[in-house]
Amino acid sequence: MTARIQVTPNPKRGDVIEIRIAIQHPMETGFRLDDGGRAIPKNVVNKLVCRYNNVEIFRAEMGSGIAANPFLDFFTVAEASGELVFDWIDDQGQTGSERVALTVTG
Amino acid sequence: MLKNIYRRGFLAQLLAVCAWPFAPARGADVGSESVEAMVRKVTGGAKVETGRVKLELPVLADNGNSVSLKVNVDSPMTPANYVKSIHIYAARNPRPNVANFYLGPRAGRAQLSTRVRLGGSQRVLALVALSDGTFWSATADVVVTLSACYDAT
Amino acid sequence: MTVPLRRAVLIAALAWHCAGAAAQQPTRPQPLKSGLEFTGPEVRELQQDDFANPGMLWITRGENLWQEAAGREGKSCAACHGDAKTTMKGVAVRYPRIDAGSARLINLEGRIQQCRERRQQAEPLKYESPELLALSAYVAQQSRGMPMSATIDWQNRHNFEAGRAMYNRRMGQMNLSCAQCHQDNWGKKLGPETISQGHSVAYPIYRLEWQTMGSLHRRFRSCLSGVRAELLPQGSPEFLDLELYLAWRAGGLPVETPGVRR
Repeated sequence: MTARIQVTPNPKRGDVIEIRIAIQHPMETGFRLDDGGRAIPKNVVNKLVCRYNNVEIFRAEMGSGIAANPFLDFFTVAEASGELVFDWIDDQGQTGSERVALTVTG
Repeated sequence: MLKNIYRRGFLAQLLAVCAWPFAPARGADVGSESVEAMVRKVTGGAKVETGRVKLELPVLADNGNSVSLKVNVDSPMTPANYVKSIHIYAARNPRPNVANFYLGPRAGRAQLSTRVRLGGSQRVLALVALSDGTFWSATADVVVTLSACYDAT
Repeated sequence: MTVPLRRAVLIAALAWHCAGAAAQQPTRPQPLKSGLEFTGPEVRELQQDDFANPGMLWITRGENLWQEAAGREGKSCAACHGDAKTTMKGVAVRYPRIDAGSARLINLEGRIQQCRERRQQAEPLKYESPELLALSAYVAQQSRGMPMSATIDWQNRHNFEAGRAMYNRRMGQMNLSCAQCHQDNWGKKLGPETISQGHSVAYPIYRLEWQTMGSLHRRFRSCLSGVRAELLPQGSPEFLDLELYLAWRAGGLPVETPGVRR
């Protein structure tokens, strides 16, 4: 799954930084019908977890009420340099994962 | 075969089948009552205060398929006092619990943005659980209209 | 004929000719306005935020596909075209154009399909496929901010005239032409929406109604379905002619790809 991540650049220790993630996914509701009149099965990204140096700092449980190509914008406090790891999974069990290196000064 | 018709199990099944057309339609207005039940599951019956939470949605949505939502909670976000979770409900959606977000003291700021689907004009509810065991909420009314032209593509 | 009578006839004939010529002049809406000016603030903000713009997911995919080896030759787009940021700059604003080989009108999607099939010797990309949308969005984006510059000359004039005729022709059960909404009534309300001038500068777009990226020809089909007319297929000659007319009509407006519309 194509995903794009943006993090506030050049953080100093103690700064509140903004994290934005956009995932390419149809977030199929299960209510749409195909050309034959059959319901297209529900398939949404139902869980996303963000870990900062292995500690969970954000978790989202999402349903079909989240728009297609889900977009999330949240915050965390810059502490040690390290890594932000994003993991997500959809109803069909397809997983996605991205890592972003974080360099914190001070 | 005839004997089975009079068995209780069969009768119960028959009644259930007859009752089926009277079940609420899938896309029907599930109603705030159902949201109340969902909220009670989170709060355990505790009082939900108004205030401290700001829920921002456009007054008129460009399209119900994607509506920008921003929720902000007035909280110091320290290990002693922080936002545990934010729950979003849209009563007129076929699945009213839109999403649940779990924060913590490391969030720094209790604010998040996303884009939601709204299945019609309605009041959206944000329920917030704080670390001190209290619950707070805010609502926002959004008008959602259908597209002017039918799109068969 | 007496001299005054002949003069009068000549003047009348000249006036008639000028009136006829004026009626035939294709017109652009004045002033030219992008579709963004007719959407709500939320759609505007989405398009102007290069991260939140959902179309950017296709741009990212396009950027990757540009580098990906394909076909029997194992060549990527980059193998011939190098860095798209330089080589593709100014390309989208000149399409659709006459393809030298076939002497027919070709648009950006068609050119990409042609390159893919003939030069890369790879599987052709279908219209509305995620790959073609990604590549055409990526190429068009390299012209973002540049003015649409379609030129009408002796080679494509008949295409231009056919496109203009279609634009002004009433269609479908509702018996409406493109011009009736987008030329005569832009700025007015249709239900909850404000009618735009119907320009093509932002394509491919992320349309909230589609919940995905889509091409200009898909948008034509949406409009046709709106007036209950027969849907022509993407890439059809009628749509190419119409696309040329639209490119001329938007002359001077900057490219906005990837656009966001409701």
